[in-house]
Amino acid sequence: MKSVVKQEVLALNGDEAVAYAAKQSDVDVVAAYPITPQTIIVERFSEYVANGEVETEFVCTESEHSALTACLAASVTGARAFTASASAGLALMHEMLFVTSGCRAPVVMAIANRALSAPLNIHGDHSDTMTERDSGWIQIYVENAQEAYDSVIQAFRIAENTDVLLPVIVGLDGFTLSHTLENVHVLADDVVKKFVGTRKFVNVVNHEGKTVPFKLDPDNPTSMGPIALPNYYFEFKRQQEEAMKNALKIIPQVNREYSEISGRNYGDGLVDPYYVEDAEIAIVCLGSTAGTVKAVVDEMRADGVKAGLLRIRTFRPLPVEKIVNTLKNAKAVAVMDRSMSFGGEGGPVFHEVRHALYDTDKHPHIVNYIYGLGGRDTSPMQIRKIYEDLQKILRTKHVETRVQYLGLRE
Amino acid sequence: MQTETEWKFTAKDIAEKPDLFLSGHRACAGCAPATVLRLIMKAVRGPTIVTNATGCMEVVSSIYPYTSWATPWLHTAFENVAANASGIDAALKILKKKGRSKHEHVDIIALAGDGGTYDIGIQALSGAVERGHDFLYVLYDNEAYMNTGIQRSGGTPLGASTTTSPAGTVIPGKLEHKKPIADIMVAHDMPYVATASPYYWRDLLVKVRKGLEVNGPAFLHVFAPCPRGWRSDPAKSIELSRLAVETCIFPLWEAVNGDYQLSTPSKVFALAPQKKKPVKEYLQVQGRFRHLFTPKFEKLAEEIQRVTDERWKRLLKKCGM
Repeated sequence: MKSVVKQEVLALNGDEAVAYAAKQSDVDVVAAYPITPQTIIVERFSEYVANGEVETEFVCTESEHSALTACLAASVTGARAFTASASAGLALMHEMLFVTSGCRAPVVMAIANRALSAPLNIHGDHSDTMTERDSGWIQIYVENAQEAYDSVIQAFRIAENTDVLLPVIVGLDGFTLSHTLENVHVLADDVVKKFVGTRKFVNVVNHEGKTVPFKLDPDNPTSMGPIALPNYYFEFKRQQEEAMKNALKIIPQVNREYSEISGRNYGDGLVDPYYVEDAEIAIVCLGSTAGTVKAVVDEMRADGVKAGLLRIRTFRPLPVEKIVNTLKNAKAVAVMDRSMSFGGEGGPVFHEVRHALYDTDKHPHIVNYIYGLGGRDTSPMQIRKIYEDLQKILRTKHVETRVQYLGLRE
Repeated sequence: MQTETEWKFTAKDIAEKPDLFLSGHRACAGCAPATVLRLIMKAVRGPTIVTNATGCMEVVSSIYPYTSWATPWLHTAFENVAANASGIDAALKILKKKGRSKHEHVDIIALAGDGGTYDIGIQALSGAVERGHDFLYVLYDNEAYMNTGIQRSGGTPLGASTTTSPAGTVIPGKLEHKKPIADIMVAHDMPYVATASPYYWRDLLVKVRKGLEVNGPAFLHVFAPCPRGWRSDPAKSIELSRLAVETCIFPLWEAVNGDYQLSTPSKVFALAPQKKKPVKEYLQVQGRFRHLFTPKFEKLAEEIQRVTDERWKRLLKKCGM
């Protein structure tokens, strides 16, 4: 790999890797509230503040709702803002997620993905962020602590790109990643600082007809977060969709630039394929489960089976074209969902991958496996069973059960 | 820092000072909150950012693509205006430290109605005050959720008829007392808390300025009649805000570092109790209390008098009078 800078190897868990990335990203304001399994992120960051290692205002709010509100307000005042949450905390922020994206505030938030109550459960699944799928945030799901570190740094560049100006969620699987120690290669402070740069602002025309930077500036007053009636609201929403489309171009660009300094990339930043180009049977999944799937793919390939994996890294915006191109040779596809859409015939990732493949000529068989809810472990044997099911579908050309549950007592 | 006599709060000075809350907003005729906002913005001392909770004043002043705000202004949601202020405060501090803001100081004013303060916003408010952010919180209290059509809030007084506490044949309007919100804020050990009424406009302006000059959080509770919700004459809103003080329903005071002191307009009634007017004079000019003047519910009017007297006595004690 070319021009890779010197990197230190630290033993960090996923949460610590996130906190370390935020520390190096010259964040101006962190407003946060503790919740398992995210708490280590705010604890570590508090230590950086207490030891004078960062130039950041740390606001320890009285709720997640206020944490995201304060980040949004700091962001529109011109600061770079970061927060972290999970599960019920993210659910409490729900209202503000829409306001943050609607105000086009490039806040970055790490989510240590965790199940939603009831019953109460602190362990990993994707119910929390999938619930926020339509909130106008970019969503990146990472596979390991290294990628959590790399993605948080990239997230600031993506969010603050003036063609994007959307908030970004970086999701890491609760406990599996948040609490598991890994060797993480970290860049030097100055390298990260240079990579993220300082915030730039788009210009807007204010009420006086003056062109002013889009932020709260006493010298250039603008009104932000107004009421928009049926005659204007729709256009605001359409612009957010345009920004998502732009993000589909910016995310690969940032992934490439980051790869040039770090030597690491994650597919094209949108999808991360593994032996999928010629695969006849393929699994599609998000997050840390990809690691387990890769191990099984290796075994099956050794046995001469054309098995592959497509890890969707960026779930919002959904890289429809990439999904179609990458799965072009697959004849049977299993989509893994770590959350449920009750009454919806399968999980959200299943719905979207099926939707993406609808307009292709060779409609592959597509089945869904709901797995790992509330932190239930997913073994390589279970993954192998999915591939064997797909082989059976290939043989019989028949899908017996479209939606199945992995490792569940029935 | 300027002294009080240099603040230029004479009628002439105020008239000459350019408005920061501009005309053209969509407030109803006789809307006291709109008058309150205009007055408040006459008392600012320099660069100021205003943040507004969802509510009447947000809605009437910011209908896109128009705005009534000549200062930078932010609205995000209903229950979180104090968290907006927290985020703005944090950003201003760090941007100044990092040399990315050229202003030596920027004042922050957070505006919310009674629903956004007494009820849904009290958590964010309490948290922001506990954290000591430097901002002035202004509660414009029109005593119900007027933006959604006159629903009762924790700030609605006993006996008031609203659309969710209607005066029926059995129940005489709201059965609960108005929450003593300003006292709750004093209990936060915050540097400055005051009450004000737009009739006593100079007292209001001075209190705004004091709240801004305080280093840390300040809370100002402003009485703000709503003719639509109170079923009162739109021409009498300012008169009502005088009557509320004269009946001691809404006494004016300030608490500097927890020490209560009666403000001049209310001190008059402490020194000459015979000048204090009966609450009936205040109640009878408002349709929301109409049912209290029927034989069935007239006892409640007496109860309002009793509670008003009791609260007044307690306040005098706190003020050492």
